[in-house]
Amino acid sequence: MKTLSLLAIRSSLAISALFAASSAMADMSILVQSTTSTKNSGLYDYLLPMIKSDTGITVNVVAVGTGAAIKNAMNCDGDVLLVHSRQREDKFVADGYARQRYDIMYNDFVIIGPAADPAGIAGSKNIASAMAKIATSKSIFASRGDDSGTHGKEKSLWKVANIDQTAGSGDWYRETGSGMGATLNAAVGMGAYSLSDRASWSAHGNKGDFKIMVEGDDQLFNPYGAMLVSAEKCPTVKSKEGQAFIDWLISKKGQSAIAAFRVNGKQLFFPNAD
Amino acid sequence: MPIYSESFTAAFHLLASSDNDLMEILALSINVSLASLALSCLIGLPLGAILAIRQFPMRDFLVGVFNAMMGLPPVVVGLLVYLHLSRSGPFGWLGLLYTPEAMVIAQMILITPIIVALSCQVLEDLHEDYKDFFDSLVVPRRTALLAYIIDARYSLLTVILAGFGRAVSEVGAVIIVGGNIDHLTRVMTTAIALETSKGELALALALGFILLAISLAVNFLVQWLKASAKRRAYV
Amino acid sequence: MSKQTVAKHSRVMPIKVQNITLTLNDRTLIDDLSCTITSGGISIIMGPNGAGKSLFMRCLHGLAIPDNGAILYADEPLSPAIRKLQSLVFQTPTILRRTVLANLLFVARQRGIDDPEISREYLRQLRLDHLLHHPARLLSGGEKQRLALARALITKPAILFLDEATSNLDPASIETIETNLQKVSKQGTKIILVTHDIGQAKRLADDVLFLHHGKLAEHSAAGSFFENPKSAAAKAYLAGKLVL
Repeated sequence: MKTLSLLAIRSSLAISALFAASSAMADMSILVQSTTSTKNSGLYDYLLPMIKSDTGITVNVVAVGTGAAIKNAMNCDGDVLLVHSRQREDKFVADGYARQRYDIMYNDFVIIGPAADPAGIAGSKNIASAMAKIATSKSIFASRGDDSGTHGKEKSLWKVANIDQTAGSGDWYRETGSGMGATLNAAVGMGAYSLSDRASWSAHGNKGDFKIMVEGDDQLFNPYGAMLVSAEKCPTVKSKEGQAFIDWLISKKGQSAIAAFRVNGKQLFFPNAD
Repeated sequence: MPIYSESFTAAFHLLASSDNDLMEILALSINVSLASLALSCLIGLPLGAILAIRQFPMRDFLVGVFNAMMGLPPVVVGLLVYLHLSRSGPFGWLGLLYTPEAMVIAQMILITPIIVALSCQVLEDLHEDYKDFFDSLVVPRRTALLAYIIDARYSLLTVILAGFGRAVSEVGAVIIVGGNIDHLTRVMTTAIALETSKGELALALALGFILLAISLAVNFLVQWLKASAKRRAYV
Repeated sequence: MSKQTVAKHSRVMPIKVQNITLTLNDRTLIDDLSCTITSGGISIIMGPNGAGKSLFMRCLHGLAIPDNGAILYADEPLSPAIRKLQSLVFQTPTILRRTVLANLLFVARQRGIDDPEISREYLRQLRLDHLLHHPARLLSGGEKQRLALARALITKPAILFLDEATSNLDPASIETIETNLQKVSKQGTKIILVTHDIGQAKRLADDVLFLHHGKLAEHSAAGSFFENPKSAAAKAYLAGKLVL
């Protein structure tokens, strides 16, 4: 009996505490739909406390694939969308879900791979030929396979290299359907090549003996854009706070903070707001 | 494998230093699990008791349904709750998505069938034992229900433990409806998922060990209670 | 007998059993049984194993429903109100998973008796007062039945049924129980008891209902039953022979 009453008391306290906590949170907070690549790099952990102390806004970040982030924003389950998929961002604005798109920062993609380098692409500066070599040698490649910004870029690169990678799906071409971190774990575990944004790879803890194989090609450019969800489409959007968040990111302070962010001594994001 | 010693050390240090982030995540894990467990028991225990005692045409079918629902995949439940709580969904106006409350709701849906099905089993056995006596005494139904729950308290504790185990180890539902937001909806399991995706395997394993320790501690406590109950033939 | 007891009695006695039959799986377990049980004294139901004694008692208490016939209590059929004026002590008592005192308090509260001192007094009468806070299910067989009797008595029933309640008990427990039964009978409670212990029957009975193959073979005053049983089955039974 005592156990039951203890449980009852504990849980009613817990439930009331939960409700108190989240109603307090609700006041000056926004929800940002963003991507796993951005989150895993640790950029948000670095920026958000600064934003909080400068603006008083608590920024809550939900990190999913770009496709999911965009859909969530369209469902009004977010105030700001911050992703890296230019074509789809432009469509988001064109369809009226945001008034405009803001440049925030960019970095680049890299091909990572095992030290053994079965496709012989280490040090290559030509992404198209590297991808072709991977395909023809049927070296294992781990793809995001999840409709993300990274996945979108990867698909466009196969096209440029004139390869139909889907023909090898399940064979040398392995679609994990997962976020960046999980895909990197899978790549390292399988000894597979993969396309990753530089930030995620730098911050990833489980690198095994992997190295960056291909980098520097112009086609590996990876720009990030932020959009405030339109109040016309989504009346519950916190427009004021959301805009304040974006304004901070493109401000001088925000942009230099982004530039100052380092992992293992390396700069991962390059500010490019106008 | 060196990762074991790395993780044990990490776990020990995290606990010894009462790492703030860890304490916050632990507290939320326990709060969410206990809250959903409490609500599930509130609904599930009387429901299990009624199913155990009353004879009505749909009874066997309902018991079967709850038994089957014990196998609900968490990620499916998470998805369904998400769709309903999304701003574009029927209950979006509540603004519950990406909050601990949403996690409690999702876990409640997962745990209640466990409480109903298992408590029904326990109370059915007790009913067999007590029914002639209660019949003879003309005990009103509500009094009988309460008496069953009280007398089966130790067996029901095991049922509640099963519910707790499901809640505290669940990740598929809470990560979808909660969003694993730092300082808001991050619990032990979603933190482990995050650290794993960041490749921080030793830290993830360390968190896993801590979660395991909690689970084991709760289990041992219940086993000890049951043993002392057995000694007094209360079980 | 107090006015209260008389009042209670008049609502449940006499018991008129009218041609009841009970069949289960094509076997006739109670066969066209009729009798009248009047207030006063201790009535004993006896018979060989399988005669239907326990089943008959369950019918009298309403735990089993005959297929045909009727049982009337002061010319009324069984109702919850009438059942509440009866108590039954089972052969294996249902002991709640609580202390001895808690077991009795549960029953006491069912009948609106809230004073725990009353419960303690009943336990004293049945020599259980040193076991108040003992887990009840750890009691010996004899102690359990004494607890069951305390539970039955605290409801102050007009009719007290006992179904083989003292089988396999130690003699001291049997003595305590029988003493309490006789006391309670003198205070006006009607006692109806099923037993296969002929000695006990001889000690307690005022009248005997002898069952055989689900039929009432004989219903006579105790004295004449034991001295001069009328039916062949009863004769054989009392002589210690196997009655088929």
